[in-house]
Amino acid sequence: MIELTFPLSDAAVRELKVGDPVALHGMMVTGRDAAHKWLIDTFVRKTRPPQGDDALAIEALKPILAGGAIYHCGPVVAGLDTKQYRFVAAGPTTSIREEPYQGDVMQHFGIRAVIGKGGMADRTLAACQSIPAVYLHAIGGAATLIAQTVTRVAAVYKLEFGVPEALWVIEVKAFPAVVTMDSHGHSLHAEVEAQSRAALDRLLKA
Amino acid sequence: MRDLTNDILELVRRTSTDLPPDIEQALDQARDREAPGSAARGALDTILENVTMARRDSYPICQDTGTPIFIVRHPAGWSTRALRGQIREAIAQATKKAYLRPNAVHSLTGKNSGNNLGDDAFPMIHFEEVEGETLTIDLLLKGGGSENVCTQYSLPHTGLGADRDLEGVRRVVLDAVHQAQGQGCAPGVLGIAIGGDRGSAYMASKEALLRPLDDVNPDPALAELEVRLLREANELGIGPMGFGGRTTVFGVKACTLHRLPASFFVTIAYMCWACRRRRMIVEGETVRYSDRSEP
Repeated sequence: MIELTFPLSDAAVRELKVGDPVALHGMMVTGRDAAHKWLIDTFVRKTRPPQGDDALAIEALKPILAGGAIYHCGPVVAGLDTKQYRFVAAGPTTSIREEPYQGDVMQHFGIRAVIGKGGMADRTLAACQSIPAVYLHAIGGAATLIAQTVTRVAAVYKLEFGVPEALWVIEVKAFPAVVTMDSHGHSLHAEVEAQSRAALDRLLKA
Repeated sequence: MRDLTNDILELVRRTSTDLPPDIEQALDQARDREAPGSAARGALDTILENVTMARRDSYPICQDTGTPIFIVRHPAGWSTRALRGQIREAIAQATKKAYLRPNAVHSLTGKNSGNNLGDDAFPMIHFEEVEGETLTIDLLLKGGGSENVCTQYSLPHTGLGADRDLEGVRRVVLDAVHQAQGQGCAPGVLGIAIGGDRGSAYMASKEALLRPLDDVNPDPALAELEVRLLREANELGIGPMGFGGRTTVFGVKACTLHRLPASFFVTIAYMCWACRRRRMIVEGETVRYSDRSEP
């Protein structure tokens, strides 16, 4: 098990290889479909002017994203009435939906780790090589276990997107994941896809 | 007619936080089949630990508590309008208690209703009047990751060499499992509907997921298909989470529906490892819950 604390250095990222189990520590930001659309439209491609508290939110998020991690997760959160937020269930959501945006978002904010499930494709893999960065696969559905590694909910931005889609700033301790895309161009997902394709061809030949 | 709101709330709590024993046992066996030290085995270790914690603390097994799908079979004399109201109230209460994540999003405005209540299709509720005095409510919580890899083929399918027969069904199902890779939170369960129209087949493929893992299809041809597909899907080697490994699928349940002469659909419902299903049974004054959704 490799212990990683955010923010990550280039050297720490370069040392990671596909298949490495990791335990994550420190601050990270959750962000999924609505968050990526917001980041891309408002700050990366700038097709939409910042509105409301957008500018305030991004200034608070930038230092956490730089060298840090974005976690594809739509949590179940308790304490919504009192704002004494507590993560109850917080497993990863499917990452591939962010493929059109992820590489650009990573480059723009200097993100060094994307956490999710199911893996991502060529554009994200290319960003992992150039930044450098890694894709970390959390265990899909292991929501209670991962929520218990969240020691603190530090802040929430864009809660108007809804609880699952908001950007939650959390502190974690020993959050378990596996490196499945590294900064050297290797992807476990591409490997398994190719192997299972060969197996499918064999099964359909008969 | 009695008010079942609290009983339905308990049905939701159990379904979201406590995995049925047959599913948990299948995951446990899958873990033992993976090589020690492999990512696949690590994933299953984490999954099983998570299942234990969720049950202990009454927390959702997965944060994606999905589309709640209710199938209500009621004797004559029950008001489906009243039952719908009680189910919706129970869903709102379950969301407040954090057994469920607010999951109902307006498709034009993108606004999340905050209480899991959307239009008439959210939660999804099916009513059927049955003989006798027993009311049953089956609940399936169907998450979005696995929902996104559900698929439907129209046969014949030239690319896959799939004709309108069981061999054709076999070919498209294996293709669907390959396409899904780990995205549906493998290892999963497949519900397969052969025939029907596009709409009825999707519903039937989901209802097939309610069958216990160890039941045997009464139709010998379908029983054989289920066994073969289970074996062959695992030969793909996609494994838990798509990490590569021996178990990609741990259940296959198939059914048939009459179809039009012109149509031959094969519909595949993919259910993630967190196959959250429960049955509530009301007989007179007693309410009980069952891990098995059998008649």
